[in-house]
Amino acid sequence: MKYDAIIVGAGHNGLTTAGFLARAGLKTLVIEKNDYVGGAAVSRELQPGWTYSNCSYVCSLLRPEIIRALELPKYGLQVIPYESGATFDSKGNYFNYSSDHDALRRELVRNNPEDADGYERYSRAVMRQCKFIKPLLMRTAPDPTSLRPRDISELLYIGKRFYDLGEREMAETVRFWTMSIAEFLDQYIKSDLVKVHLAGSGIIGTGLGPYSPGTAYVLLHHYMGEVDGSIGAWGFSRGGMGSITKAMALSFQDAGGEIRTGSGLDQFIVKNGRVVGVALENGDEFYADTVVSGMDVRRTFIEHTEEKELPEEFVKGVKRYRFRGSSGKLNVALDGMPSFPAAPKDARFLKGDLHFLDGMEELERAYDDWKEGRWSASPYVDFLIPTQIDPTMAPPDKHYATIFVQYAPYELANGTWDDANREAFAKTVIDKISRHSPDFKDLIVHKEVRSPADIEREVGLTEGNIFQGELTFDQLLFNRPVPGYAQYRSPIKGLYMCGSSSHPGGGVMGAPGANAAREVLLDLGKKIDLGAAA
Amino acid sequence: MNKALTPRPQMPMGVLKTPFHERMDAENFQQSWMNWNGYASPGVLDTAEFEYFAIRNQATLFDISPMCKFRIKGPDAEAVMNRMMTRDIRKQKPGRVSYVIWCDEDGNVVDDGTLFRRSEDEFLLFCQEPQLLWIKDVAWGFDVEATEVTHDLAGFAFQGPTTAATLRDLKIRDVEEMRAFDIRDIKIAGKRVMISRTGFTGDLGYELVMAPKDALAVWDAVYAAGQRRGARIIGNEALEMARIEAGFLLPRVDFISSQTNLRVNRARTPYEIGLDWLVTFDKPHFNGKRALQRLAGVAPKRKLFAIEISRDKAAHHALVYHRKTREVGFVTSALWSATTKRNIAYAWLEAPFGQIEKDDLWVEIYLQREIEWQRRMERVQIVERPFFVHKRRTATPPLNF
Repeated sequence: MKYDAIIVGAGHNGLTTAGFLARAGLKTLVIEKNDYVGGAAVSRELQPGWTYSNCSYVCSLLRPEIIRALELPKYGLQVIPYESGATFDSKGNYFNYSSDHDALRRELVRNNPEDADGYERYSRAVMRQCKFIKPLLMRTAPDPTSLRPRDISELLYIGKRFYDLGEREMAETVRFWTMSIAEFLDQYIKSDLVKVHLAGSGIIGTGLGPYSPGTAYVLLHHYMGEVDGSIGAWGFSRGGMGSITKAMALSFQDAGGEIRTGSGLDQFIVKNGRVVGVALENGDEFYADTVVSGMDVRRTFIEHTEEKELPEEFVKGVKRYRFRGSSGKLNVALDGMPSFPAAPKDARFLKGDLHFLDGMEELERAYDDWKEGRWSASPYVDFLIPTQIDPTMAPPDKHYATIFVQYAPYELANGTWDDANREAFAKTVIDKISRHSPDFKDLIVHKEVRSPADIEREVGLTEGNIFQGELTFDQLLFNRPVPGYAQYRSPIKGLYMCGSSSHPGGGVMGAPGANAAREVLLDLGKKIDLGAAA
Repeated sequence: MNKALTPRPQMPMGVLKTPFHERMDAENFQQSWMNWNGYASPGVLDTAEFEYFAIRNQATLFDISPMCKFRIKGPDAEAVMNRMMTRDIRKQKPGRVSYVIWCDEDGNVVDDGTLFRRSEDEFLLFCQEPQLLWIKDVAWGFDVEATEVTHDLAGFAFQGPTTAATLRDLKIRDVEEMRAFDIRDIKIAGKRVMISRTGFTGDLGYELVMAPKDALAVWDAVYAAGQRRGARIIGNEALEMARIEAGFLLPRVDFISSQTNLRVNRARTPYEIGLDWLVTFDKPHFNGKRALQRLAGVAPKRKLFAIEISRDKAAHHALVYHRKTREVGFVTSALWSATTKRNIAYAWLEAPFGQIEKDDLWVEIYLQREIEWQRRMERVQIVERPFFVHKRRTATPPLNF
């Protein structure tokens, strides 16, 4: 069967690309190895009555342009913001990060009188960096070696924005992009508890510790959703993260698109240096002159493309590209709301993201374990109970906890990620939470434990890296994924990349998918439709 | 000295407290109050954003006690309402609510409201402006009694996706069968309550009306039951966001009553406001019929349009231009819609703009960014009302969320 375009992988980026191509009038097919769509933005009912956000669990970065252009609200997407969060320490204290500015100031003062002003300075510094980088997200990164007018004008655009920052801010920006989150925070914040609360965003999903250079940028990547300039940019997707991809799939099908689940890709079919279609594991073949891969760059080119079709330098670049899975996940069905004795009853911040840490030292030790091939003995957890806000994910009075765990290595020193190790990993996490919530353990009705190896096997993310590759400066912008191939095209004519391995990277953002669609359509002499009023 | 001369109380100044005041006050962290019809009505209690999202995700309580309320009762009640309203009230069965407008003899809109038919011979009319004299003028010569009951009835809107489930928890069996615009008489906390499946949000929701003395008991029961489903109290700011998305218009904001305008050219007809679907001529004489029949066939001189605007800055108080130069209208209500991720507004446009001439329309938005003002011209697209409506609004039996 012949299509205009085939997308490999029904994750949020694949479906974003597919949606734009279908709306541009292309006869488009999406293939997906699992029986369900979603990739890492997926909601499944593993325990009757409970819906999990099995992988990604909060929605902060999904670009409003995409939501609007693909009419996702019409197809059921609703993003509900959550209000605050907290980090508990082992001495019975906590730091409550509140979205209420006045409450936040008072709480900062309680922890350290200087931190209220320090936080304002920190916040301004981060926001300035956000303002600089955010416009680059929905643009194709320029190739600095190219002399094409478009690349030159894009380089000039970035250069001018950079130059406009002024000498001091230019220096700050370069420092920011390369320094560690711990050192960045040391400049502004005194309280260990406040510091470690803010540092979390700098290490989530990355194989780096809080003192590793480059973690300040990872924090920035997580902040970009909060500076949307509009409300509704940071929160839960109602019904779980799968609601995002469900809405994308419906929008795509309404535009005439077709989705085939249940059989993954075997090989891209390449003839005379150009892609002509895809061969699936079940033997089916589908043909199209345009094929877009939503898989990460290693799976796309090492596992599913014959090496002889690719230039050696490119293959080297792909093999060099770092994944380094560093996180695991627990999804837990709870028989009731767990209590947190250190917090006032019904404290509002329990509705937000909770963490259990004493300071940066503990975070760095957690990283040390990972380097040794062990999961952290005292891990960083990003713990949320979305059912306090979202009424759709568990029966009334029952709850669902999503527990992101950092760090967990892809390869274990003591063997493989078998059931025994998975159970021991889960026990480490649950024991740590139980120190702050004694009844948590007894409320567990069902749990799903996901190691980096599970995430790789089920979702297809190499080494379980949630960003489809580390977000370090050497792998960003025109270097993502490989220098010379940052514009969504591959060395094989007609074969494109739309996953988070490409600029601007991971997080459920959709920007790589939309940017890839723009490039595909450009090559076909068409224009991406971001909506008449965009 | 005349002993009969004792001091008569002077009327209180400023705003009064509604029967729900102390409950709202306890949760009003921002201490923001607005004056609605002489009563203190919360502007925002916590943050408008979270209150807004509670409308679209959970359940919300909003005090509607300050609304103007009238009872029309008597053998000719139907005839009087049918003479006053532009819709055919004969078709409205007892136990049903309808959205209504009424016009003056020139066909200009006096007000809009919700009309509850309590029985064959009794109606309740809820609206924004005082209308007692207008109703009495219409009723002249008919066998009917019209009384103002604004202060005799307390009420709150209970809106959001988990409202039906909360009422189920309260063992309100009528919830299963109630369709949109149905009325039932029920008991909550042992108190008599008139409940209707109506609201101003475009979402699943109800309005509950009771005697002021029973108000707190009913409120407390509903609020307590709603806690496990995320119920919270909301203010005007959040409701305003939902009402714009839902396509509802607000008198004094989007149009002005023909009984209050000072400048004669400010009155508006249903055709200009876009409420022609509420006008029917297939009924006996009603106020404004002859003028409306004349206006029905003519293109209006101006019209209120739903518009969508590029980028994300709400076009509050903006002027509308054709080809960025000629001024052709202005915005009345504007919102960055967080649910639809669209920049939406209502705007009045002079003919032929919006009607025939739909392209090359722009709004002029002024933005203040750290003191400095910026002017932006953003593209306008004419779209359909409403901007948002969810199928759970009308699904019967109602969904749990």
